[in-house]
Order: sequence, then C-alpha cells, then structure tokens
Amino acid sequence: MAGNFISRGFRGRRHEDPAAAGRVPPGQYITPDFPVLSAGPTPRTPLARWDFAITGASRPTRRWTWDEFHALPSESITIDIHCVTKWSKLDTVWEGVAVDTLLDGVETDGTYVTAFCDGGYTTNLPLADLVGGKAWVAFAYGGAPLAPEHGGPARLLVPHLYFWKSAKWVRGLEITSRDRPGFWESLGYHDYGDPWREQRYQGD
Amino acid sequence: MSEIEDEGATRLDGNAAAGVLTQLFCGEPSGAVIICAGCGASAEIGALPAYGLELGAILRCPHCDTAVLRVGAAGTMLWVDMRGAVSLRVRIGGSAS
Amino acid sequence: MARTAIPGRLGWQLASVAGKQFETSRVMTVRLESDDWPGHLPGQHVDVRLTAEDGYQVQRSYSIASAPAAGRLDLTVEEIADGEVSPYLSEELRPGDRLELRGPIGGYFTWTEADGGPLLLVGGGSGVAPLMSMLRYREAIDSDIPATLLYSSRSWDEIIYREELDRLSADPALRVIHTLTRSHPDGWDGYTRRIDAAMLEDAAGEPGPGQLAYVCGPTQLVENVANNLVALGYPTDRVKTERFGPTGG
Repeated sequence: MAGNFISRGFRGRRHEDPAAAGRVPPGQYITPDFPVLSAGPTPRTPLARWDFAITGASRPTRRWTWDEFHALPSESITIDIHCVTKWSKLDTVWEGVAVDTLLDGVETDGTYVTAFCDGGYTTNLPLADLVGGKAWVAFAYGGAPLAPEHGGPARLLVPHLYFWKSAKWVRGLEITSRDRPGFWESLGYHDYGDPWREQRYQGD
Repeated sequence: MSEIEDEGATRLDGNAAAGVLTQLFCGEPSGAVIICAGCGASAEIGALPAYGLELGAILRCPHCDTAVLRVGAAGTMLWVDMRGAVSLRVRIGGSAS
Repeated sequence: MARTAIPGRLGWQLASVAGKQFETSRVMTVRLESDDWPGHLPGQHVDVRLTAEDGYQVQRSYSIASAPAAGRLDLTVEEIADGEVSPYLSEELRPGDRLELRGPIGGYFTWTEADGGPLLLVGGGSGVAPLMSMLRYREAIDSDIPATLLYSSRSWDEIIYREELDRLSADPALRVIHTLTRSHPDGWDGYTRRIDAAMLEDAAGEPGPGQLAYVCGPTQLVENVANNLVALGYPTDRVKTERFGPTGG
C-alpha cells in the first residue's frame, strides 16, 4: 500500500507499451527482465536420475525417464507470463510437452492436481486447468535448454495462472480428489490464482 | 471440588498471553536463535540462507536445507509456518526500550 | 547511543539528501539527514522505498556506512546497470530531495565495543559498507580493540574508501589488507586473487579468545569465507555473515 510520498523523478525500469494494453492484467507491469524467484536452493538432479510421473488417482500411473520424456511429441509455445510480484513478461517462447499428451489415456475420478518438484516445492491446481491445451511441461526457453535457475531441466507451464503455479523443477503431477494447498498456498497465496481477477492471496 | 476441576476453572487463554507474545514479536528478529527440526543445528536468523523474499521469507537450515521458518506476505496478512523449527529464542527488552 | 531494541512498529520515515559523493566510478555515497533519525548500531541497515507517481513501488536494503550519529546517516550504493533502485540513487537523486526509509534494522550483524574483539572484518566489493561503519565507529570512540580488514576488490580504482582506509590504518591496532582480483597496478605486491583459505590463514590465523569475525559481500564470497573461518577454528557463533546477493549490493 503506497503512502503519500512520491519519489521525485522515479519511474523504475518498467516498459510502457500501448500496444500491449489489453495483455497486461490489473496491477501488473511489463518487465524486460526475467527475474528469478525461488523458495530454496536450485536442485541439480542429474538427467540419468530424472523422471516424470503421473501418480495418485490416476489409472494407470505413468513414469517417463528423460529419454522417454523427450521421445514424446513436443511443441513450441509463445505465451505471456504474469508473476504475483507484479511483473509480466510478454511473448516468451518455450518448448514443451503438452500435459494433454502426458494424460492421454489416463482415467481418473480426481479433479485436482498437486504438482511436486525437486527440493520439495508443491503447488495445487484444478485438473481442468491443466488440460485442453492450457499447460505444458517445458524443457526449453528462448531456444535453449531451460536453465536451472529458471526451473531446468523441466518446469510446469500454466500461463493463464500466476507464475508461481508454473512449478520449477517439476517431477510429476499427483491427481487428487481434494484441492490441497501447496507451498505458497499454505502461506497465504490464492488456491487458484487467476491474474485477470487479481487472485493473489487467499480470500481475494 | 477435585483438583482437576479447580485447574480447569482457572485456566486462561491466549488473550492473557498477548502481553508476552507482543514482546516476542517486537524482539529483534535477526539475532533470534532457531533450532532446526531436520537436523538439530542451531543458528541465528541473520545467518540463515533466505529465499523467496519477494513473496515473504523462506529461511533454511544452512546444514540440511530444511525450511526452518516460512513466512508468506499475503497482502495484509503474514502467514507463518514453523514446522521446520524445534524452537525459537528471542532476546526481549534490552538496554533502552 | 542508539537503542538496541527495535520498536514494535518499524515505520517509514523521510530523510533529506544533504549531499552525494563518488567513492569510485560506479559507487557513490548518499548523505542523508533527518531530525527523527535516532542513530544506529554499526552494521545495521535501512530499507529504502521508491514510489512512482502511479503508485509503482520498489524497495531495497542498504547498509549504513557512517559511524552512528543522531540525525545523520550515509548509504554507499553501487550502481548496478539495469537496476531498479541504484541508478535512481546514483543519477537522479539530488541534494534537497527526500528519500523514504525505515530502520535502523538488524541485531545480528552488528558490532559495538561491548561485543569485544579482536575483530576480523572480511568484505567483498560494496560489502565493505557495514564494515566501514564499524571501523568509523571504532575510530570515533578511540577504541584500541585490534582489528583487521581483509578487503577484496576487482582493481585498485574500485577500492571503496581507499584513501580513508589508508588514513585509518595509521592506527597500529588496525591492519588493512587488500586483494585485487582482476587487475592490479604495476609494482603491486599485495594479494591478487580471490579470498581463499591460505589468505585467511595469513590474515586471520587461529582465533584467539574473544575473536569475532564479520563477513559481508557477494553471497558466494561470504559462504566460502565463513566456511574457511570455521575450518580455521572460529566457532560458528563468532562468525557473523551478511550476504549481499550475486552482485554485492
């Protein structure tokens, strides 16, 4: 909450871009940077030990090694991303496997998902928000393999929600019957997190 | 009346503890000592690696990376999770308050 | 002398810019004044908040570099290219402007004479700022507690407070040891590498009773030095650390 004092001559490094007006959710500012936010040290899982799993109320459960994961069809996506700390970055280019592909042939009665990650980070989402072309497990950014500080080797990508839901260092999706608050959701951040309705915190 | 009934009748609640708890939250935090529930190591809060400062604060044990103190700054609320800590000790009062 | 206890509410206050001076080509000191400023303990910092006209806000922490004094404080700021706050402080801010800050903050990375010594101060780049507050305070109270400053800079021209450190080291109880990691002048016979175990052993040796160490600078330097000091026999509670992040402030 801003007080009354204005710092003379201060603007910050925000970009004004009139063409982008409709693409920036309320309360957000466009940044040219790609800030790194983490809840813990960057994990360094060797690819030989990495796997990705679909677990929980999933019939069948699934698991891919790195090589198996890379054999899946992948696609290039260009998306805008919105961080709850108020920066937005437009037209970011990623490559990843659609979650639809990972869930193809899976049957479930579960309606929620907990994404789980190296280092213990978790986040919760409705299963419906991961399917229908809305989410990916991304392994490349800007044409290069995803850097560890940005979540490499692979991170979840769910651009229609605040970016803390795009869990870094993701290792799997656990399908659940209830919405179980993840790491930041247990610390006051919103269970759903729609930037267009400014759902930053619990109760918003 | 039995002793047990006496004790129930006299037990107070957190309202009565609010005075000492105010001192807790007004103590200087970076010198407070926290004991890790993961490995038992103790350290001053100022010495702990800190993460997630844009969203609150996640302070981790320098030996085993357990999150000993998690704080979410959620608008007008601070959410605090201390499951990673055995205990916390804070200096209160001081040479001039 | 400043209070040791932080008041229950840490409020934002305004200070006026009394002046600015360059310490090096990329580092400058902002001198602030405020009648409400109570003074500080050497090592403490302030949070600085900038607000644009449309309400956009950013906040950064800066160590107080000056010796404790009611009504005055100096912040030494390294200008980070593409930074949010440091370019504003370095380039835009003028004498007469006001700056919103809160503090003083901190009770862990602080030193006063009552804490004893001898002192080992290890700094990298702009991490020297809180250590300078300690040394300026030590001089102001005419303390004879022995102190060693081991200070890592990229080059001679980038040594912050270089001349003042020369002057202070006329004190026989203060040793200032520089290491220059990227380039050094002709005839330089000091250290020319990053701080490592051997250098710390030369500078610090085995800790005697009462020995206290304060380490401040880039996170990597701080963690390496702290680990090495503990390996040299410093008890962990006698090594205080302040990480400035990747760029040193």
